[in-house]
Amino acid sequence: MGGRVPVSAVRTFVDLLAGRRDPAGLAPRDWDGVIGVARSEAMLATLAHRLSDAPLPPTVAALFADQRAAAKVAQAQALWEAEMARRALAPAGIEFVLLKGAAYAAASLSCAAGRQIGDLDILVLASDIRRAENALLNAGWEWVKSDPYDDLYYRQHMHELPPMIHKARDRMIDVHHTILPRTHRTTPDALALIAEAVELSSGFRIFNPAAMVCHCAAHMLADGDLQGGLRNLWDFHCLVLDFLKDDPDFYLTVVEEAWIHGLADVVKRGFRLSHRLYGTPLKAYSSPMMLAFDRQWSDDFYIRRLLTRDDWGRMTNPVLEQAFYIRSHWMRMPPMMLAKHLWTKWRKR
Amino acid sequence: MRYSVRIAVGPVQFRIGSDWPDPVAALGRLYASYPQDPDRPADATVRLFAARPWRRWIRPSVHIGGDFVIPDALPLPLAMGLLAAEMGMNLQVALGWRRHMLLHASAVARGGRAVIMSGESGSGKSTLAALLGEGDWRLMGDEFTLIDPAGGDALAFPRAVSLKNEAIAEVAARVDPARLGPLLADTPKGAIRHLIPRADAIAAMHEPARPALILFPRFGGAAAIEPMGEGEAFVRLTEASTNYVALGEAGFAALTRLVRETPAFAISYPDSAAGMALVEQLWADVSR
Repeated sequence: MGGRVPVSAVRTFVDLLAGRRDPAGLAPRDWDGVIGVARSEAMLATLAHRLSDAPLPPTVAALFADQRAAAKVAQAQALWEAEMARRALAPAGIEFVLLKGAAYAAASLSCAAGRQIGDLDILVLASDIRRAENALLNAGWEWVKSDPYDDLYYRQHMHELPPMIHKARDRMIDVHHTILPRTHRTTPDALALIAEAVELSSGFRIFNPAAMVCHCAAHMLADGDLQGGLRNLWDFHCLVLDFLKDDPDFYLTVVEEAWIHGLADVVKRGFRLSHRLYGTPLKAYSSPMMLAFDRQWSDDFYIRRLLTRDDWGRMTNPVLEQAFYIRSHWMRMPPMMLAKHLWTKWRKR
Repeated sequence: MRYSVRIAVGPVQFRIGSDWPDPVAALGRLYASYPQDPDRPADATVRLFAARPWRRWIRPSVHIGGDFVIPDALPLPLAMGLLAAEMGMNLQVALGWRRHMLLHASAVARGGRAVIMSGESGSGKSTLAALLGEGDWRLMGDEFTLIDPAGGDALAFPRAVSLKNEAIAEVAARVDPARLGPLLADTPKGAIRHLIPRADAIAAMHEPARPALILFPRFGGAAAIEPMGEGEAFVRLTEASTNYVALGEAGFAALTRLVRETPAFAISYPDSAAGMALVEQLWADVSR
């Protein structure tokens, strides 16, 4: 057999993002799977931006142009929602830090191009959280969850208030007081994160570069089951490239920051994974501290989990998916509490 | 997926995958006469799947998946696989399409000018469009009408018409039986039977038409015409659009222009013949 070696659609998708694959070399129908996978990962507009200058089949080019235009509108809407939160919280004197998608868009970071932004995520001081809640309720947001167990669970154990939705604009807000659940094995220093946040010319505050990369890695690898992992890893890759421009030793800066929050291993894994999938450049150091990115056997599980999609966009490895789901809960709470939580959830089914 | 079929309706290229051969075969028959470009990549993906492997054979039930899904949507029995496919295709367009403003409306055209009919299900918009499409109108679509935000033209989405309940007998009496799909009885929406649009409607599916009339039909009551102001038409159409909010300013501009340039009327009618007569009457008025 000669000719083309078949490459899975998700591999092709990752290779296109990484710039390892020439889009002109794809057969017309290869795009079916690439588009399907990109949609499943909520990254079609990201791919559309990445390939905005590439020669594409005309119908793909048209679809990608639609995606870029739609993402632009969606980002403007997401930033407007951030402005609405500012107007609700400012009179109470509550400052907040924008997190994730809204922060990337507010700072025009490279990963913001085409990035889907779901809920508005903001971080306030733990001491402000109740006042923030009241201010938002007074400004038209309301509770989404009516279940008392869920509500209490969020308040006692989570790093955020139960989600709220604005009754007129139908948009969700997640108000965080730290970046990982309270019961998580790792407890980042939220006060330091907020104190060292930077203010943009628009008046919005975002994490400083090192903290932003730490949060991105924590969100991706320490919280949750790697759903949306390819997108989070793409954020990580783009953030690192952006910040390396001003700080060639950004690796040291970010790992130092990560130590403060107990996230050093998580961040180093983020570097290794994004190097393997997206080709993020890595640099090892022996001074002023030892920093190495040697491949670890466990990384393979993450890579496999991130690439477990077929050409129809379906998850193909339920066992691995389940394993990462269990892992996310295992990190998130101590064993006895986990048992009680699962028991309660199971009884309510 | 085990079985699949590719269908292009208006500007949208679908691929539909299925765990069973039947829904794909039924779709293939309904859309056999539509133009096909096997090299064109799919814009939208629909998956019809069994939630558990054994449910492929034991009490088979069809879950609707794809690029966009409705969480907690109930599966349909395999006998209604064709309806599942139709719902899956509608869902992808309603939630995923961004090139045009989508109106949940039927449309017919004559001489390059379109009558757009918007209404809830049960208003008779599909039946009216189907019946007009058998006369000297070109059927543009029974479910979605697409508005080009740049130029304001209406674009066709002539999928197989979904006839429901009483409309089935009414239309079946007038068309070649070869143009009708299988009867799907006792679906959640009642009895359903698909009608393949006329060949001229399929051949013209890429030709835009200028909106000339917006109607809000209501089946039942005496025949009546009520002119509708721009404001009310605007609000009603925002509710009939699945992507108005997502399009942002472009959607606002397109819809404002549509209601400013196109006269709108609410009509009620006791039967299809009366409804068609009202459409012709209003058409004659705006064409003068």
